[in-house]
Amino acid sequence: MFTTAAIVYILVKESWIFFEAVPIRRFLFDTQWTPLFDDAHYGIMVLLSGTLTSSAVALLVAIPLGTIIAIYLSEFAPFKVREIAKPFLELLGGVPTIVYGYFALVFLTPLLQKIYPELPGFNLLSAGLIMGVMIIPYVASLSEDAMRAVPMALREGSYAMGATRLQTALRVVMPAATSGIASAYILGISRAVGETMILAVAAGMQPNLTFNPAESGATITSYIVQVALGDLPHGSIGYQTIFAAGLSLLLLTLTFNLLGHWLRKRFREVY
Amino acid sequence: MMQTQDIQAIRDIIRRAKRWDAFFGVLGILALMVGVLTFMTLFVDMAIQGMGRIDANFFTNFPSRRAEHAGILSAWVGTLLVMLVTGLAAVPLGVAAGVYLEEYAPKNWLTDVIEINITNLAGVPSIVYGLLALGLFVYQFGFGQSILSAGLTLALLILPVVIVATREAIRAIPQIIREGSYACGATTWQTVKDHILPYSSAGILTGVIIGMARAIGETAPIITIGALTFIAFLPPLPFTGVPPAGLLDWLFAPFTVMPIQMFNWTSRPEAAFQTNAAAAGFILVLMTLAMNGTAIWLRYRLRKNITW
Repeated sequence: MFTTAAIVYILVKESWIFFEAVPIRRFLFDTQWTPLFDDAHYGIMVLLSGTLTSSAVALLVAIPLGTIIAIYLSEFAPFKVREIAKPFLELLGGVPTIVYGYFALVFLTPLLQKIYPELPGFNLLSAGLIMGVMIIPYVASLSEDAMRAVPMALREGSYAMGATRLQTALRVVMPAATSGIASAYILGISRAVGETMILAVAAGMQPNLTFNPAESGATITSYIVQVALGDLPHGSIGYQTIFAAGLSLLLLTLTFNLLGHWLRKRFREVY
Repeated sequence: MMQTQDIQAIRDIIRRAKRWDAFFGVLGILALMVGVLTFMTLFVDMAIQGMGRIDANFFTNFPSRRAEHAGILSAWVGTLLVMLVTGLAAVPLGVAAGVYLEEYAPKNWLTDVIEINITNLAGVPSIVYGLLALGLFVYQFGFGQSILSAGLTLALLILPVVIVATREAIRAIPQIIREGSYACGATTWQTVKDHILPYSSAGILTGVIIGMARAIGETAPIITIGALTFIAFLPPLPFTGVPPAGLLDWLFAPFTVMPIQMFNWTSRPEAAFQTNAAAAGFILVLMTLAMNGTAIWLRYRLRKNITW
């Protein structure tokens, strides 16, 4: 409770200093992000585009694979496979993200460059792909929990009608577990949007207004890291930008969380 | 005649449904394999790259401008000390909050708000915690860019994990235990101290280990509070620093931790440093794997042994 209050207080207070110097219209609509140059521009859109692009790539990996794994583990897999796979997924989720970032930079990017030779050394694509793999465990394990909570009687009814396991999973279990699966997706999205180190390491840090994953770009999170690593004095306007960026990030994830809360309420099935 | 055609059509439908079913069974295994194989590749690749660098000197050397002399002494000492602060701050607070919410808190709107709040906190990106710490610990409280700031930051980060684990462990204790204790005239505190905490301790421990494993790997919030990446000295031992030296001087010392050391090496262009990064990463992964593995094993034991 204290933490939330403190987070909001600090972010709003420090952002206030920033927004006193930079009108909010320029923050939202400027198409350049060069707060450290003499000719300073503060267009959050630039960072947002990087965040959204990399998150989109990550979710394109994580949501289909995570859902398939969840269906497989909950409806298809024999007991033994599940007993081994679930802890393994948890281990996968526990690997530090800096390690994933390193992997994206020195392993995946060279691999992708063999297919697309013009791919730059830092790009949103390989960072996004690895981020997707990182999120799979969260999506899979939460969706699986939701599907397992569906009462057996529903499945038995479906099987009694002669449905196969896949038909049962897609037409009976998944609709019944919608609210849980939706919140698993939302958590995945929050993770992707807030992920920092993979992007800081593998996506480069040049602010770049682009939705093309094959370019390098900065995200809200990697920009914060970049400034924190530098030696800007506390209280300068460049320094205050990271709080404004952080506030945007918090609002973004908060929106998703509220959406998830609403979805859970809207689609909850009571047995 | 008509009937055999119908039966034929139905058989086709069934065959198609069964084919899709079998196909999905394979697809599921393949999807699982993507995760497993990525992890295996990552692990083996890092092991091959880094193994050559891992020897006794790697653990006892400070970072250096020459890759082959660089080591992780200050990094692992830093990690150890930061984890100590994190544990000391997060465990008592988290357990107390969990116990309060389960055993003491009245059911009212305030409790509801707190609960929603804790769920939401789990979704806040870790870098935002870093910004909080930068504003609060580093500047307002004047702790500086020290071990204390970092430890407290990570403690805030894992607090929701510890609280949730505590609550789940407590909720698994049957009501009968509490009723028995109250029937003997015990107060709420006596019930908590003599029954609730001992019975839930293994579950709480599992949550604490998972939280700590997460904290060890966290890089972003610590970078945000401004941890230095090139530290070629250790925090002062108690009573050895510049007088007036105290027992807790190390709390305010600048520091570096394993993930930051790895980040620093990764972002250098020379190949030799990439090898160091692989080695440091390998050790980091081993550390988190060991911790998470312990937690999973504990939980497994727990599930098997509990008979109320």
